[in-house]
Amino acid sequence: MKFDTPATTNPIDQLKVIGHATSRIEGPLKTTGRATYAYEWHDRAASAAYGYIVGSAIAKGRIASMDLSRAKSAPGIIAIVTAENAGKLGKGNYNTAKLLGGPDIDHYHQAVAVVVAETFEQARAAAQLVKVDYTAAKGSFDLSAGRDGAAKPPGRGDNQADTTVGDFPGAFASAPVQLDATYTTPDQAHAMMEPHASMASWEGDKLTLWTSNQMIAWTTGDVAKTLGLPKENVRLISPFIGGGFGGKLFLRADAVLAALGARAANRPVKVAMQRPLMFNNTTHRPATIQRIRIGAGRDGKITAIGHESWSGNLPEGRPETAVNQTRLLYAGENRMTALRLAMLDLPEGNAMRAPGEAPGMMALEIAMDEMAERLGLDPIEFRARNDTQVDPEHPNRPFSQRQLVECMRIGAERFGWSKRNAEPGKQRDGRWLVGMGVAAAFRNNLLMKSGARVRLDGQGRVTVETDMTDIGTGSYTIIAQTAAEMMGVPLDKVVVRLGDSSFPVSAGSGGQFGANNSTSGVYAACVKLREAVAQKLGFNSAEIAFTDGQVSSGNRSVPLGQAASGGELSAEDSIEYGDLAKTHQQSTFGAHFVELGVDVATAEIRVRRMLAVCAAGRILNPKTARSQVIGAMTMGVGAALMEELAVDKRNGFFVNHDLAGYEVPVHADIPHQDTIFLDETDPMSSPMKAKGIAELGICGVAAALANAIYNATGIRVRDYPITLDKLLDHMPDA
Amino acid sequence: MATVSFSVNGEVRALKLDTRTTLLDALREHLHLTGTKKGCDHGQCGACTVIVGGQRINSCLTLAVMHEGETVTTIEGLGTPEQMHPMQTAFVKHDGFQCGYCTPGQICSAVAVLDEIKAGIPSHVTGDLNAVPHLTNAELRERMSGNICRCGAYSNIAEAITEIAGRPA
Repeated sequence: MKFDTPATTNPIDQLKVIGHATSRIEGPLKTTGRATYAYEWHDRAASAAYGYIVGSAIAKGRIASMDLSRAKSAPGIIAIVTAENAGKLGKGNYNTAKLLGGPDIDHYHQAVAVVVAETFEQARAAAQLVKVDYTAAKGSFDLSAGRDGAAKPPGRGDNQADTTVGDFPGAFASAPVQLDATYTTPDQAHAMMEPHASMASWEGDKLTLWTSNQMIAWTTGDVAKTLGLPKENVRLISPFIGGGFGGKLFLRADAVLAALGARAANRPVKVAMQRPLMFNNTTHRPATIQRIRIGAGRDGKITAIGHESWSGNLPEGRPETAVNQTRLLYAGENRMTALRLAMLDLPEGNAMRAPGEAPGMMALEIAMDEMAERLGLDPIEFRARNDTQVDPEHPNRPFSQRQLVECMRIGAERFGWSKRNAEPGKQRDGRWLVGMGVAAAFRNNLLMKSGARVRLDGQGRVTVETDMTDIGTGSYTIIAQTAAEMMGVPLDKVVVRLGDSSFPVSAGSGGQFGANNSTSGVYAACVKLREAVAQKLGFNSAEIAFTDGQVSSGNRSVPLGQAASGGELSAEDSIEYGDLAKTHQQSTFGAHFVELGVDVATAEIRVRRMLAVCAAGRILNPKTARSQVIGAMTMGVGAALMEELAVDKRNGFFVNHDLAGYEVPVHADIPHQDTIFLDETDPMSSPMKAKGIAELGICGVAAALANAIYNATGIRVRDYPITLDKLLDHMPDA
Repeated sequence: MATVSFSVNGEVRALKLDTRTTLLDALREHLHLTGTKKGCDHGQCGACTVIVGGQRINSCLTLAVMHEGETVTTIEGLGTPEQMHPMQTAFVKHDGFQCGYCTPGQICSAVAVLDEIKAGIPSHVTGDLNAVPHLTNAELRERMSGNICRCGAYSNIAEAITEIAGRPA
């Protein structure tokens, strides 16, 4: 189905199932421990052997020699695979560094061997006996040192490294009110709860991988490319994924090593990446240095806005596109953005929840707060004065929907923003200095082709099959809701099967594009199935209703299942998009409000209240959508207050590479969180009229905290995370 | 190798194990009770929480052979999809999970936390060590803080637990 004209009324608009707060259909499996994750398929691959990964002990250089003799004679040992004996390996389209290192080493903890043994304990013990001698080379590990030598990265389509509109330098220089400030965001880790894990089984030259992966089709292709197999010989199965946040978008070492280990062992092998390897072995969100310049008139109207960002990556890696939102979020006739990329020998930088906008909004939304103060304006009023209903770079290109100001105003009222004292450091509650902060939320809505197959059986049961994944996002439930709405059956008559490469290719989970696109693909397949049902039942009219398990037209009503009484009916289709995203800018908007306390003596920061107001098209399931947003808010609290991969700049690795050292929010850090979804449908986005929400929720949160800390203390911290040591020397007198 | 026998979810299980086998791996790899999750294997995340002798522990931080004759309850023992424990039902109702990987640990912890408070065991945030602790927001969040949820379902988990505890969130 080609979606190239705005959606009109369709069966989804009935809203009998869609739009209702619905508990996750897989909830009973997950809460009783019956959902099967990648490492747990005991019944599918009996007597799997265990693989244990050996990671490189240097960041850059070469393996001079490997001594496997002691490991090979360890009890229970079956095989040891290294680059030397693995055979020729390719590199996946989505990988920057190769997944099995040697002899060249590209980054610290790059896998250099997998040790396969009868038991986990034996594999772990034998792995300690692998002796590797390295010749270390000098590497670059310091982004601030690499800033001046950073290069202009190649552009891609509309996303060029440099953008310019009007005369930014002139307009900024002549602006009566100016801000020129530099912000930094650190390297961050996804730190999802389930480690990267895979179980591999070969039948001849056909490989089955039970794995934990967000993008089944991408990764199936990259398995084939890496192992030199035809794509049709690779089957991926990933129905449950213990979190991803971008860290499981790609083929990673666990899958490659399980496959190589299984081939060497001649039996199924499973590999779960050890937690302490994950932070350096896999991908992370790269650190940024961001310079933001804003010039405005005394009327509070922005006349010049410029945003530059520096980040680093391995050769062939890409920049963190932290300037994205600044091209679209606020008005201003004179504009510039620039991305620069330093070559670093740290582990591979790549997408993490809202790549680009998440770190970009961490900086931009502090800058907006600073600018509002310079102008003597309330930060909400300042943003409202600079709202734009069109793409500021292309004024003839409107936003499909844009309710940023509404989000801010409604949130202000609900949160009690009027009680905020604009003068910092003035609100006391016992030993706490109390502050409120606000930030805009912004993230683009991406359109991706997505397919599904829908089957109908004689009992009127509908089965949906798509390689879409559910990484905690609620895909199972919204896909079931979509099929139920389209076919006119209750939710319990729908079976959803996901995450299998033998199913039609979907958008997958990433970039907050999963929900809108995957349900639209299911919509398209259901439209086809409805046609097949109508034809089978001999309905000629175009006016056919699918309701309550019945198919009706005029006076005639037939049970849906009757269409499949002679055999199952099946339909498959994809949603594909025309030019609506070119003619209209599709984005999602929101506002984050935070109240927190800062201990006047210790500078300990405690979040007290949080509210997010979101305008993101039709909300398919308010219950799971709310969870996406509060989860993103929680990750935003982590970004603001604690998350930082500490770089060892001499030896080139992230030091705090486990869940004790890499701090993420825990229960005690997070108060009750509120969300409000504005009533919105976006006919430009898809037949579902929905947009993404999961990444919108993180964009701006950290800045709202930073602004609240400023409001509480009068201390403006521009370097994340805002740990108490950055406040302590500057705290106002108790 | 050594033999060990303990009760798991009401059933006595005898195992012959490498003595290095953690209770977590005994459950997951030998008894195929994979509801208990391995998130870090280092006692940092809480995903492996089970209830042993009425107390919650990180099953990755203890060897299976140390539990001879003891009573282990895992997530599978609390309830089944057809007959869920009230805490499991409350987690579904309040959407106290997303990816589901930390969830068994959260639920085992939550069940044990309520028992700890009933038993009068104080926590880091208990103001008066001689007084009976109450299930306040601070007590609940402090006691659950050993169970990380990276999806960030904390606000909903707190609501699920407080519903079962019989007080408003």
